[in-house]
This record gives sequence, structure tokens and C-alpha cells, in this order.
Amino acid sequence: MQKRLANWGNYPAITSEENAFTQEQQLRDFVVSNHQLIARGNGRCYGDASLGKHSISMLKYDKILSFDEQNGFLETQAGVTLDQILDIIVPKGWFLPVTPGTKFITVGGAVASDVHGKNHHVDGAFSGHITEMDVITGDGETVTCSQGRHTDLFWATCGGMGLTGVITRVKFDLKKIETAYIKQKQLKARNLEEVIRLFDEYKHYTYSMAWIDCLQKGDSFGRSILIVGEHATKADLNPKQQEAPLKLPAKPRLTVPFNLPSFILNTFTVKAFNWLYYGKNFKKEINNVVPYEPFFYPLDAILHWNRGYGKAGFIQYQFVLPLEHKAGLVAILQRISEKGWGSFLAVLKVFGHQDSLISFPMEGYTLALDFPVRKGLFEFLDELDEIVLQYGGRLYLSKDARMKQDVFWKSYPNANRFADIVKTYNPGKRFESLQSERLLLTK
Amino acid sequence: MPTVLLLGAGSDMAVAIARKFAAAHYDIQLAARKAAALQPLQQDLQVRYGITATTHDFDATDYSTHAAFFAGLPTMPDITVCAFGYLGDQELAQRDWQEAATIIHSNYTGAVSVLNIIAESYEARGKGMIIGISSVAGERGRQSNYIYGSAKAGFTAYLSGLRNRLFRSGVHVMSVQPGFVNTRMTQHLNLPPLLTAQPDQVANAVFKAAQRSRNVLYVKWPWKYIMLIIKMIPEGIFKKLKL
Repeated sequence: MQKRLANWGNYPAITSEENAFTQEQQLRDFVVSNHQLIARGNGRCYGDASLGKHSISMLKYDKILSFDEQNGFLETQAGVTLDQILDIIVPKGWFLPVTPGTKFITVGGAVASDVHGKNHHVDGAFSGHITEMDVITGDGETVTCSQGRHTDLFWATCGGMGLTGVITRVKFDLKKIETAYIKQKQLKARNLEEVIRLFDEYKHYTYSMAWIDCLQKGDSFGRSILIVGEHATKADLNPKQQEAPLKLPAKPRLTVPFNLPSFILNTFTVKAFNWLYYGKNFKKEINNVVPYEPFFYPLDAILHWNRGYGKAGFIQYQFVLPLEHKAGLVAILQRISEKGWGSFLAVLKVFGHQDSLISFPMEGYTLALDFPVRKGLFEFLDELDEIVLQYGGRLYLSKDARMKQDVFWKSYPNANRFADIVKTYNPGKRFESLQSERLLLTK
Repeated sequence: MPTVLLLGAGSDMAVAIARKFAAAHYDIQLAARKAAALQPLQQDLQVRYGITATTHDFDATDYSTHAAFFAGLPTMPDITVCAFGYLGDQELAQRDWQEAATIIHSNYTGAVSVLNIIAESYEARGKGMIIGISSVAGERGRQSNYIYGSAKAGFTAYLSGLRNRLFRSGVHVMSVQPGFVNTRMTQHLNLPPLLTAQPDQVANAVFKAAQRSRNVLYVKWPWKYIMLIIKMIPEGIFKKLKL
């Protein structure tokens, strides 16, 4: 059936023929008898990476195949979401090795985006924790690949936006935890200089990220709150929490039931929000123990928060700049501050080293910003792209909906090698998305 | 540990029902034509819910195997859910007996064959529950799907008779009329969202109704009244309608 599909940014929207499968043979038959296919998980990438003429919904491919509770290995079909996984592994004392800021993504999506978390500087991206996975390639074969087996396919699939084929099964390692709580520290930083200094000072923490208020000027330019954390040990918990250290108290969920009119989001409301957010931390430093959910997934508590941006949708702009180019960060934040188009959510994070073929992370600073779609936005973002290019950075494909071809080809050093591998496993462009067409990833 | 047998375990609805009962610590027996294809589901149920799940080859239209199939189960199930069915292609079935026969046998004859055997066994034991997933399509024949509808009508009548017969022996029979459900069977149809249930909703409703030993379950309540109205339309008018 033709369906209207859009990902989390609600931009762009497309009419697509959607098909779901639970049996591998049916899925393989479908792959070899169709073109312009793209696998899609829970639609939580922001832009157009999983939108195509024919989409393969992986949400019914949702079986957990094995869980080695002794050694911490999990094997699942690609359509299982991280929240389902957490429900099973946390009570048994295990956690995801790497998790993005939402738990409502599928395992297949985590691989195709090679997601990173607040612990990237310590634990790397998701791909580093995969033991093996199965991919149905363009000729309908199921190929098992890993870091030591069909290496080219493995590395082109991690962060490869579904262009090497359909990921069907993933086996990955887990992280041992003693409790379901996080011992967190929140530090107020007066400006960008200070938060960057704090990042360095607290880099021994496993988890770290900062919220930036990007509408401030002068001395408070880039004022922020750095949040760092560690998995709490049993001894860190209060007596009540200690009774069931791996079980969290249940809590109700809020939802945004419909699209808010877009006039609600303007400089004034964003300023007010940021003022409240920054202001709620009265003290310079706050230390406490919190359940893992609000620490890792603060926005998941508000289901459908993306509707807050109205019908036209929004663009999440996430870039990374090499460590030595802090100046680029200042330049971009200044442009945003001048323009007055700040976002509610400006998230800053320092990445550790990563050598992979096509994944987003590289050693440096990454900043994620939301911009509601409006007149002039794309031109403005093109200008920001220029700054990113100038400082040797790049944009995150999972969040991209609008970057121009040459920006991608100039900023991803392995683009040609990636395209060659894609050609091998995806002959005749069987797998194709709006994004791959736009960026000529399947040239 | 109580056990649920799912006949036709590969369907989206059956998967949701299996998970619902497994979450309540029932062991699960999964039966379908290609048992090997049920293995991921079997593993999933065991990992998620820590119960025992088994898989079994079962072909609804291969009647001669039904007795051996049921006798061969590792334990006698406390609850049997008959969830198999085949929507088929009405227009094709009008012209092609093969298609019509498949619809009839998958939805009616096969169900009668296997449930006869199970009913005998439950009656002899004096307990057990049979849950039959029928369809609102069986409540009045409409030109768009009367072959499927007539098979489901037969099944609905069968379940009602069986309920009547087994009542005194302590065996409960529940009929489920799910209405539209968002599954692979219907993924190419354009269904009205308000009247369409998700497989999870069906599973929740079935589980709850089973706890309360309900007789007839409409998963979404408007269906009960929609079908009441559709049944009340005089035939002289009904035949002129394009339904």
C-alpha cells in the first residue's frame, strides 16, 4: 500500500510503497524482484536516509534470538528496538555498549547509522561492539560479516545508511552493570571556553555531553551545562534503591498529541526555555544518582516531541570538527547567535578517535542543533556547511536531509571506496534512498 | 506451568498473542505449516519471557495428520488458540475453484477437523479452553468477500455450537471477532484507522477476555454495533448495496 512516510524531523515526507516481512526467504525474494528499495526501522533518523520509493519495514523482524547472560552477548533480528532490549537486559545486569539519545531506534538502524553515545571517547561507536551480522545483499544472498569476515561489507554497512543491503541479524556485546542507576555530575559553564576546559578536565568519565544555550552573546557566549556520569555501583544507591538495584520505578509518560503551531517556536520562547534550563541549576555543581532513563534518554519521556516543531518539520544539523579546530565551533555558534535562530537543543560532545570507513565520528567536537524548517533556512545551512568544510569537518548522514553533493564528497575521505563497495554488493542500484540519490552515494 | 497451543503461529496476530501469554508465564506451543520458520519466534519467547516454547509442524488442510499432531505434543495444552486463516482473493475464488477451496479449507474445514479432536480430549479431561479467531466478515455475506466470509460464518457457528455442547463439561469456548487488524494479511488494504486494531490490541483483548471466560469478543467495540446494523438491513435493500 502507498503510505505517507517521514522520519523524525518530519522533513521531507514521501509517498512510499511499504512492505513488511517476518520470513527471510520472502524478504530475499522481494529484494531480488524489486528496485529502489530501502530498509527502514522505527523512522528515528531525522532526514531522508531511510525514505525511498519502496520501503522495507523491518519492525516485524523483531525477534530476540539469544542472550548469553554469562558473557554478555545479545543476538537479535534487525527490527528489535533498543527499548525492548533494555527491558530484558537491564534486570539481568547488562547494558547497551553504546546508545544514542533515544531508545526508540532499531538495532538495524543503530548499525546503518553506526550510532555513537555519550561514551564515544571511551567506548567508540556501535560498530566496535558487533561480533557478527547478516546482510541480504543486492543479489538476494545472506552474507554473514564481521571485522574479520567479508570485512569490506562489514565496514561499508556500519554507517552505510542501508545501501549495502538489508541488515537482518546482529550479534553484539553488552556492558556489565551493577545497578540501573547513573551517578551524575552537572557542571555549569559560563561560556564556551569554560565548557571545553571542563570537557577536558572530566574526560576520564565514561559518559559526557553538554547542553549549550546558543543565543547568548559576549561573555556568556556558549554558556552551558556539562553532564558527566558513571554507572552507579550498589554502594552509591540509597537503601530503598538497594533493595532492587536493577529495577526502576515505573513512571507515566507525557506525549505531545498533535503538531504545535510553528509560531510557538521563536527566539523569545527558545530564550525562555534556555533561561529556565540553565537557571534550574542554582549551584555550580550538582551531584546525584538518577535512573538510567532520564540520563540517557531525556527526550524519550516526551513522546512525539518532534511535533513541537509544527507541520513543516525541522532539520537537525549535526556536524563534527577535528579537535584542533575549535575555532570552527566558535564561528558556527557565532553565525547562529547573529542570526538569532537558536534551537532548544544544542548538544555538544567530544568524540574520541575513530577509524572507520564511512561512519560519522572523528576525534573532535560534535554539535547537534535543531532548526525548524522555514524560509531561508537551507541557504543559511549551506553557509554553515562552508564553515564545516573549511575546518575539515563533516555532517552526520543520519540527520541529514539537505546537504549538497559536493559537501559530502569533499568531507568524507573514504567516499570513493565506500561507493565502490556499495557497487559490489548493490549492483544496479537495487537499494536506493532519497539521500543516496541526492548525494550520489550509489553513483 | 499452564500451556497455550497456537495453531497458525506465524501470523502477526498469533505472534502478539504468544507474547502476551508468555509474558504471563504460560509455556507456548507454536504450530504452523513450516515449523522451522517459527524458530526465531520460539527463541524470542524463551529469551524475553524465560518460558519454554516449542515448535510443531501442523498443516490445517492435511486432516489425516491432525490426531497424530495433537497426540504428539509434549504436554496437553490448557488453552488452544485457533489463529490460522487465509483471506484469499475473492474475485479469483469466484472463477477458480482451487482458490475457493483453499479459502474454505483454511478457514473452516481445517479448523473443524483439528478442533474436533482437541474438543474430545478437553471434554474427556473436563477442562480446557478453546479460543477461535473468527471474523466479522462471517456475520453477513457481502459481495466483496463472501467466500472468506462464508467460511468464517461456518467457523463462528461451529464455535457457538461447540461452546453450547462443552459448557456442561467445564470446557470453555471463546469466539473472537477482531474486525480489521493491521497485519501482513491486510497490509495492502486501505483500512479506516479508528476501526483497525493493532495485533497487540487483539492480543491484550484476547488475554483479558480469556481470564474472564468471555463467550464472544469484539476487539474494538464499535464493531459489535456496526455488525448489528449491517445484520439488520433488510435483504431487499442490502442486495442493492455495494459492500
